[in-house]
Order: sequence, then structure tokens, then C-alpha cells
Amino acid sequence: MTLIDLANPTRFLSLTAKILPWLAAATAILLAVGLYQSAMAPDDYQQGATVKIMFIHVPNAWLSMFVWGVMSLSALGTLVWRHPLADVSAKAAAPIGAAFTFLALVTGSLWGRPMWGTYWEWDARLTSVLILFLMYLGLIALWRAVEDPSRAARAAAVLTLVGAINIPIIKFSVDWWNTLHQPASVLRMGGSTLDKAFLIPLLVMAVAFSLLFVTLHLAAMRNEILRRRVRALQMQQASQPRA
Amino acid sequence: MRLTGSQLRCVRGGREIFAGLDFTADAGEALAVVGANGAGKTSLLRLIAGLIAPAGGSVALAGGGDDLSPAEQAHYLGHRDALKSALSVLENLAFWRDALGGENADIGAALAAVGLDHIAQLPAAYLSAGQRRRLSIARLLAVKRPIWLLDEPTASLDAHGQAMLADLMRAHLGGGGVIVAATHLPLGIPARELRIGERA
Amino acid sequence: MTALFALLRRDIQVALRIGGGALIGVLFFLIVVVLMPFAVGPDLALLKKLGPAILWLGALLASLLTLDRLFAADHDDGSLDLLTMSRTPLELVCLTKAIAHWLVAGLPLIVATPILGLLLNLDGDATLAVALTLLAGTPALTFTGMIGAALAVALRRGGLLLAVLVLPLSIPVLIFGVAASNAAVLEPAGFGAPLSILCALSLAGLVIGPLAAAASLRHGLD
Repeated sequence: MTLIDLANPTRFLSLTAKILPWLAAATAILLAVGLYQSAMAPDDYQQGATVKIMFIHVPNAWLSMFVWGVMSLSALGTLVWRHPLADVSAKAAAPIGAAFTFLALVTGSLWGRPMWGTYWEWDARLTSVLILFLMYLGLIALWRAVEDPSRAARAAAVLTLVGAINIPIIKFSVDWWNTLHQPASVLRMGGSTLDKAFLIPLLVMAVAFSLLFVTLHLAAMRNEILRRRVRALQMQQASQPRA
Repeated sequence: MRLTGSQLRCVRGGREIFAGLDFTADAGEALAVVGANGAGKTSLLRLIAGLIAPAGGSVALAGGGDDLSPAEQAHYLGHRDALKSALSVLENLAFWRDALGGENADIGAALAAVGLDHIAQLPAAYLSAGQRRRLSIARLLAVKRPIWLLDEPTASLDAHGQAMLADLMRAHLGGGGVIVAATHLPLGIPARELRIGERA
Repeated sequence: MTALFALLRRDIQVALRIGGGALIGVLFFLIVVVLMPFAVGPDLALLKKLGPAILWLGALLASLLTLDRLFAADHDDGSLDLLTMSRTPLELVCLTKAIAHWLVAGLPLIVATPILGLLLNLDGDATLAVALTLLAGTPALTFTGMIGAALAVALRRGGLLLAVLVLPLSIPVLIFGVAASNAAVLEPAGFGAPLSILCALSLAGLVIGPLAAAASLRHGLD
């Protein structure tokens, strides 16, 4: 089974039909294990039990970046290698990435509330995630704005790659902006060194969420392929003379 | 019923297109407006449709509704189709039926008459140019108005479509309607010629 | 009446189905509001003070952007021609299109206000006040904007011209909108007066807007 075989939508559909139930089951099991371990982990001496939001917040934040990476690879697939399923992958990934980013924002906001007293603080990390969220939404809007999927694919691919280049730049400038205005740093979320008691549940959750992404992504790609088939059939029906 | 234009003068962009134009069309009559490109065929139609104000002269419909202007008793089939790509064939037609006062008109029958009833649910975005034109023609069937103002009606239509249009025009004239059509090509129905732009 | 309801329904259907749908206006609103802290700094106390102003400016710019297509789409595909030939007055057609525009573009902004208030550190009272003033004032923005949209309908760079024409007319709405929002927080007794003026502006726009827009459209159809 080579990559070129996956290039065929029909084979892709039949392959994913087989492995998707297994992926879903594995995701569910890992999520359950991870959540259990998170619940069993000790409270932080400073933050108490609220630190456990980290087990959801951090994997979501990682994934929000990771999904943009997947989309960038897909974008290269569309523009450079002309892989037939590349644009399907990109289009399917965007809303999922946006959802992870949104979850990262919401959990970050809830985590910050006990610490800052407000639901939102313009600290560097959270602000960068907010900008990333806006970029996801813009990308989704672009996908929806262009009627023809293949033209939309090229436009979205360019925007994705430009975004990928810009993300480190934005992160850097937001960090700089933040230090300008807040010399005294607020409690850093999710500290730099983690005790093993925290690390293992975190890693389990990270893997679980990654599997969740793969499952959702493949399912979304299937839907997109089917959607395009429906559209092709409709167009064919339109061009046929009346029976 | 009689549609008359008296001493019509049309000025567009500072340029006089035509002046002193008279025409009449009785019930059951078709007028074919002919002339070179730019002579003012479309302008005349838009003038009757009330979309351009005449620089002189007037248009009147004798025997029509008293409180309605000629434009409000006319259908205008222009170059553009007035269709929304996001709506289906049926939704587009239903909208124009409601907007133009077609009340309980049977749009299913109208779609069948133009050969589009088998794709009534399809988004208008998927239609070809000929199908879009047919859908516009269906609008003329869905709402009953005595005057039909047609600008190059056969454009985009294949031979079958042109024959269909000719049948519909004959039926309209048979019902006492009036047709004023600007055209380069033969309409397929008997029509009196109105020449624009030929100066001795 | 059926004609106007059909028009309302069609405009809403089209707006919701094409492009980014209704949410693109909200997205723009969100982005404009997010831009402000980068310009003025993340000082929460300052943002709290500027909050109503930022939200109002964002709403103004967001509704301006969506006004561009109000008449242009119908003009381009020939629908406007046919609507003038319908037996409903063009003024009522314009009014109906403005209402559809407000429902699709203005109302979502108001719904999005609480979330954005959160970002700007506004407390519950202030956010509610801003939402209320937006509810009273965004119709005025739509009605005055409609006039510019009608004037610029057939032009190429219509969007910019539209903005230049409409923004000065929107200044009173902006002034009273922000004044009412600030009053709600600082001295609640002074909330009523600006809010009433805002309502009056919307009601005046309800009448003047369609009249002026219809007149401009007839001019532009030539």
C-alpha cells in the first residue's frame, strides 16, 4: 500500500472505512485513560485543583499548531506535488484545527480566571492563540467564499503557507509587545518543568487528542470526498437533456 | 389594447440616440426592433420598461390597467438573467412570481413549459447559459403581464429552445398580448419591423 | 406585501448561503476589536475605559463593509431592473433590503458583543449597555449606509466611495452610541437622553434612508 494508492479517492474511502472504527475505539480508550489519570493527579501547591485544566488546555494548544502544520503539508501537496487528495485534507483539517484552537482559548480563559480575576488577559501566549484562531476562521471563510473547490484549494493553500511563515513572526512580535507593557510576569501557565506526576497524564492526553484529530480528520476527508461526488452528480444531472 | 410611443427621444451620456420615434403595437401584434449595434434597440426597450426616462415624448398603454404604468404591465427580458446562484431553480422562480405579483401562478407548469422541471431543486449555479435563459423565460409565464419586452431573446438558446420560445410567443400573442423584441436574428413569428438608427 | 416578504426572505437566504455567510461580518468585527489592544497596549484598565468606543467603531466598520453589496449584487445581475418594474414602490423595496441587511449583518454583531466585551475587560453592566446602544443605533447605520450604497451602486471602486460618503453621516450615531454606553457605566441617570436620541436617529433614518436610496437608484439606472 503505497502513498500513490491513497491518491485514489475510492481506495481512500474503502481503506478509511476499514480503519476508522478502530481509530475511534483507540481514541475513546486513550481519552478515558488520560482523563482518569488527570483526575488522579495531585493538586498543585499554588493553583490547587484548577491546574488540571492544563491536561486539556495544553494538548489543545499543541494541536492547534500541529493542525496548521498538517494543513501546510497538505498545501504543499496541492501546490507542489499536485496530490489529488491534498486539498481534501486541507479543507477537512481547517474546522477541526479551529475547534482545537477555540478549546485551547476557552480552557485557557477558564484556567486564567482564578489567577487573574478576569476571564481574559492579554498575555503573550493566549493572545498568540487568539490570533491563530482568527487566522483559522479567515481560512475557513476563504474556503467557503470560492465556489469551485479546486480554485478554492489553490487560494487556501497559498494562505496556509503564508500563515505558516507568519506564525513565528506573529508569536515573536506578540511576545515583544507583551514585555513592553507587562514587566512583571503573571504566573506562567503550565510552567517549564513538570513533575512526573503531571507529565505522564499530560502525554497520555496529548496522544489521545492527537488520535482524536486523526480520527476526525479522516472522517471529515471522507465526507468531503462524498460531498464532491454529490456535486459532480448534480452538475451532470443539470447538463443532461430532459428525459 | 394598444401600446404607443409618441415622439420618443433618448439621450444617453450626452449623446442623442434617437429622436422623434413613433410606434404602435396592438393586441396580438409583435414588433421587431432592428438596427445596427449601438443604434438604440436596448435603449428603446429600457425606455418602455421605465428604466430610462425619455428626454422627450411618452409611452402609453391604452386599454390596460388604469392605475398602472406601462412598465408595471410589462415583462423585461434583458441580457442579464436576474438569477441568484445560491438559490435553486424553483426558489428563483417562486421569488419572481411573488415579487412581480403572480399570486397563485403555477410555477411547476411554467418550469415544465421551458423544459426545466426535472432539475427544479438544483442550485442555479449549475445551470448552463441556455438553461438560465429558459429560467428567465419561465418568469414570463409565471406572472401574467400583457407586454413582453425582449432583448435578443434567442441568444444562448439552441434550435430546440428557439422553437420553444417561438411557441410561447405565439401563445402570448394569441392571448391578446403585445411583444416588442430587439433582435438581430429571425424571431420565428410574424412581426412588424421597427427600424432604428437608419437615417437617409 | 407578499412581494416584500418574498424579497426579505430571498435576501436573507442568499446572504446566509454565499461566501462566508452572515458570520464574515462578525469575524471582521472580532478582528477589528482584537487589533485595538495591539495599538493601545494590553492595559486592562485602559481597555475597559475604551471598550465601548472600540466596540462601536468595530460595529461601524463591520456594517460598512457589508453595505457595499446591498444594491450592487442586484444591480449587476439585473434584479434591480425587474424590482423597479414590480408593482411595489421602490422605496419599500429599499426598506425591505435594509431590514434584511440589518438582520443578517447588524444583529449578529449585537449577539457577538458579550464575547468581545470579555476580551476588553468590560463588566456585565457595560457590556449590556453597549449591546443595547448597538441595538438602537445599528439600524441608523444601515439606513444611512443604504443611501451611500445606492449612490455608489454602479461604480467600480464603489466600496471606498461608499465609505467616504457614509462615514460623516454616521458620526452622530457614533457620538450618541458611545456617550450612552459610557453614561450607563459612569452615571446611569444620563443614559436615557443619548439612548433616546439614538432611537430617534434610527427612526429618522427609517424614513429618509429608503426615500433617498430609491431616488438615487432611479438616477443610477439610466
